[in-house]
Amino acid sequence: MKLSRRTIVNTGVLAAGGGASAAAAKLARRYGLIPPDPGGIYGPGEVLTYATQRILTSEHSMARQFNRSQISQIAPVIGEPPETESYRRLLAAGFLPWRLTLDGLVARPLSLSLDDLMRLPSSSQITHQACEEGWSFIAEWTGVSLAYLLNTAGVLPAAKYIVFFPFDESWDSLDMADAWHPQTLLAYAMNGEPLPTRHGAPLRLRVPRQLGYKSVKYLYRIFATDTLKSIGKGLGSSSPDLGYTWYAGI
Amino acid sequence: MANAVSAVSGALPAGASAEHARHCALVRVTHWINTVSFVALVISGIAILLAHPRLYWGETGSLGGPSLLDLPLPFVFAGQSGWGRALHFQSAWACVLNGCIYVVSGAFSGHFRGRMAESGYNAAQRATYLAVIFLLFPLIVWTGLAMSPAVVSVVPEIVTIFGGQQTARTLHFFAANVAVLFFFVHLILVWRAGFLSHVRAMITGQMRTERA
Repeated sequence: MKLSRRTIVNTGVLAAGGGASAAAAKLARRYGLIPPDPGGIYGPGEVLTYATQRILTSEHSMARQFNRSQISQIAPVIGEPPETESYRRLLAAGFLPWRLTLDGLVARPLSLSLDDLMRLPSSSQITHQACEEGWSFIAEWTGVSLAYLLNTAGVLPAAKYIVFFPFDESWDSLDMADAWHPQTLLAYAMNGEPLPTRHGAPLRLRVPRQLGYKSVKYLYRIFATDTLKSIGKGLGSSSPDLGYTWYAGI
Repeated sequence: MANAVSAVSGALPAGASAEHARHCALVRVTHWINTVSFVALVISGIAILLAHPRLYWGETGSLGGPSLLDLPLPFVFAGQSGWGRALHFQSAWACVLNGCIYVVSGAFSGHFRGRMAESGYNAAQRATYLAVIFLLFPLIVWTGLAMSPAVVSVVPEIVTIFGGQQTARTLHFFAANVAVLFFFVHLILVWRAGFLSHVRAMITGQMRTERA
């Protein structure tokens, strides 16, 4: 086969592409553009999506806010409340003995009751929540900005992820970009009422720049860490166990 | 297309056979990457749809509320669409990056201006191919990105222009259906023009023309 100019050019393009991807992978690791679950056959797509969306979004990119008149009549929910004895007891006690712990890489670990949280400066948002299945609804959420709590606890600069532990198995984590984002909320009320049980009482996370499954329900502990490797299977959340990606920006 | 192809080979004397270059390497490679990613997008798209085969109009929609269209399909992948989503986005990346290489190189090589006409495609075929590449394909990517809460936080207009996230999802579904329809029409036309010789030409780059 004779080497045409085109063959040479195409080979050159491929070689340059290969070299560029190797360099890109190195840069991506340095700037935190690799998600905690980058492996497997779908790893490349997940990395490309996460890296691209991290580069595109900033602290100023805001999820859309809606009017009260746009709040959905129906707010569906997946899953039943946790079956554990400890959760049932708290539910029966109106969550009076419930405490939220914030620990890990923080200067001042916190332990807060629901009343303590409600006394902190509150923040409200009317945002769209889309389930990865395809349905969606708009609701008003009220609670404490996660950034406010992180500042109160004095999160150390070494922290790279904030991990959320619920009473059920659906634990998850956020990178610092989403953890510090002003719309990331710890919600104790929905549409002006205390958070309904199936929507995650007494406290749930709201991450309006990601799909609904990132908004962890039934919280009891928030943990700042520099690595996700030692938690669960080290993939950043329980989602990979169910075949879903850690990052849910699309 | 059959007539068009014989018109091209009309210059050959009876009984002669000849090989002539039909597709350059870049067109061939991007064509097959596109084929694989398109089929993967359709399969994974169906998997995602089967998590909730119900379409809405506007910003929101869910079971218990009004729908635009209840597709006669089962909700078999509710909570099971993780692989479908992962395959969909990975194939979408392959399809989009591959498509960009094809369009940019095609713009420089004159592929969209002259080359298609010289290859014997008629005006209607050319217009259809160009509409798929420059209108349908971008619309599918656009409506797909309009469903991403992260992308929408950067460019809210990407979804507000359609009037809502559910409208974008519904348009994504219908645009994808048009793409699948185009895929089958394309296959039928290739079949009628001589399936094996055309597939061979898209692999080797050479079209063998024979005069009976």
